[in-house]
Amino acid sequence: MAVPEIAESFTGSVSRVTIGATKDSGGTRTSTVTVGGARNVVYGGSMEETSEKPVIAMDVLDSRPEDWPDALAEAYKDVFDSPGDWAKKCVEEFGAELICLKFEGIHPDKKDLDASHAVKITEEVAKAVGVPLVLWGCGNDEKDNQVMPKVSGAAKGENCLIGTAKEDNYKALTAIALADGHNLITHAPLDINIAKQVNILVSDMGFPLERIVTFQATGALGYGIEYAYSIQERQRLAALGGDKMMAMPAICDVGYESWRAKEAKLVDAPGWGAAGDRGPMWEATTAICLLQAGVDIIRMRHPRAAATVKNFINQIRKKD
Amino acid sequence: MILIAERINGMFTDVKKAIAEKDKQVIGELAKKQTEAGATYLDVNVGTAAADQEGTMQWLVESIQETCTTPLCLDSQKPGVIAAGLKVINAKGGVILNSTPLNKKTDEEIMDKYIEMAEQAGPKASIIALTMDKNGVPQDIDTRVAIAAEIVQKAMEKGFDSRRLFIDTIVLPVKVPNAQVQPCNILAAMDQIKYLADPAPHMTVGLSNISQGATERSLINRVFLAMAASHGLDSAIVDVLDEKLMNVVATAEMLMNKQIYSDSFLKVYTSVKKP
Repeated sequence: MAVPEIAESFTGSVSRVTIGATKDSGGTRTSTVTVGGARNVVYGGSMEETSEKPVIAMDVLDSRPEDWPDALAEAYKDVFDSPGDWAKKCVEEFGAELICLKFEGIHPDKKDLDASHAVKITEEVAKAVGVPLVLWGCGNDEKDNQVMPKVSGAAKGENCLIGTAKEDNYKALTAIALADGHNLITHAPLDINIAKQVNILVSDMGFPLERIVTFQATGALGYGIEYAYSIQERQRLAALGGDKMMAMPAICDVGYESWRAKEAKLVDAPGWGAAGDRGPMWEATTAICLLQAGVDIIRMRHPRAAATVKNFINQIRKKD
Repeated sequence: MILIAERINGMFTDVKKAIAEKDKQVIGELAKKQTEAGATYLDVNVGTAAADQEGTMQWLVESIQETCTTPLCLDSQKPGVIAAGLKVINAKGGVILNSTPLNKKTDEEIMDKYIEMAEQAGPKASIIALTMDKNGVPQDIDTRVAIAAEIVQKAMEKGFDSRRLFIDTIVLPVKVPNAQVQPCNILAAMDQIKYLADPAPHMTVGLSNISQGATERSLINRVFLAMAASHGLDSAIVDVLDEKLMNVVATAEMLMNKQIYSDSFLKVYTSVKKP
């Protein structure tokens, strides 16, 4: 008996977003990254219907992190004080195709660094590496509104991915991303209704839907991953059903969330296995799980976790 | 919901006049306005506006396609008129042939003809089949379902995908004596028709017919549309220019979890649904 064809077909698709501009397009990047484009669920349908290959964006912080566990800090401690070298290490040693520059140090509750610092670091990282950049604010609305427009301007023409625009704080970043020609991350707190609303709000400001990447917030393995998973899944199904306000590629923050888990960072827990292995495993497992829900860009931290996930992507996407 | 916009119909005086005067602009405007209002398809019905139905159908199709690319729903009980429209149409984005009964006293094979024309019009061409046969329009639930079952059966025998089949359960004016039982009969029939094939055939109605001759027409249309949607109606021939009606469609789809809620769900419904 013939095997019945059970693949579902859909009318809608996820939009494609290209990050980075090379010399030909007015930037200085040596490569670009294109994500999205899925016309079916993950593992559903034909090869032609799958998305562009998912990518890992490796995190680089604007200033020395104070709270990274040793198992994670080990890989970067020689470059902690030089974000340019840090980014270079991620690209040259760990094969990063995308760098996510996270401006943690500007947060008023952390180092409260100013815009000139952020601009300097942006220029330093842009000069050090040729891969496209993700520029990510500190999460404090007021400070981000002060600093991120300057950061955006410093990377003008590079076609970065900049974030994050939230329901109650989207205007400044949307306007500046539009003016400086960047792609935009819309951000919702694990709430699909707000996610759609933010997309509508930024699109009302004239921001093109096909230059948006969504961030639904992320939960790590054991810490709410099921919420993140089901929201990502629902976003993809809405996109495939033709909902243009939900048809964007998605980014998630696996590195930060995974390393908050005590299973990842606790050293003194002999029953849980080697401390140096637990963290990377926690991070890789979280990432691989979310990839299956249809996430397109994954922010990661530990090089071994990133290598595991990259290997996984290459294995399942051998035809690319 | 698949919305088939009803206004390009020779029964309306503006369209009738435009046909008589060969005024393409009126038709083009209607096509554009209905598309902007969220129409998935534009119904094209010559009505009683002209003696030369085939030629008029062609003129309407050409006039519309000069201004927009919205897929059309060619509306005639006469296969010849549909065929004439198909000769000049660009059916790349799809087309619906509207409509055929299961069979007729004068033409036992009429549904076969519609299926054949749809097959020739391309893989995105669909047909609307009425739950009606040579004995006329059934009044009870069981006969409606039985005819629908025969329609589905016939489509399957012809290898015609159930997703290309729209079943129209025929809405009758509620104001006609003794017709008030019909809306509930139709809903009960829909409950069964959706299980006749997997994937289910689409279900559609000519919505405005329910309020024919009645007062509060728009309200009657709106309420029945919401009721029918909850019984599986996924398409309707409607006045898409009726904003309140469109708001009901958006709200019903949101309440049935077919559209993700957002605070701006009304505003985005039509833009979200645009192909």
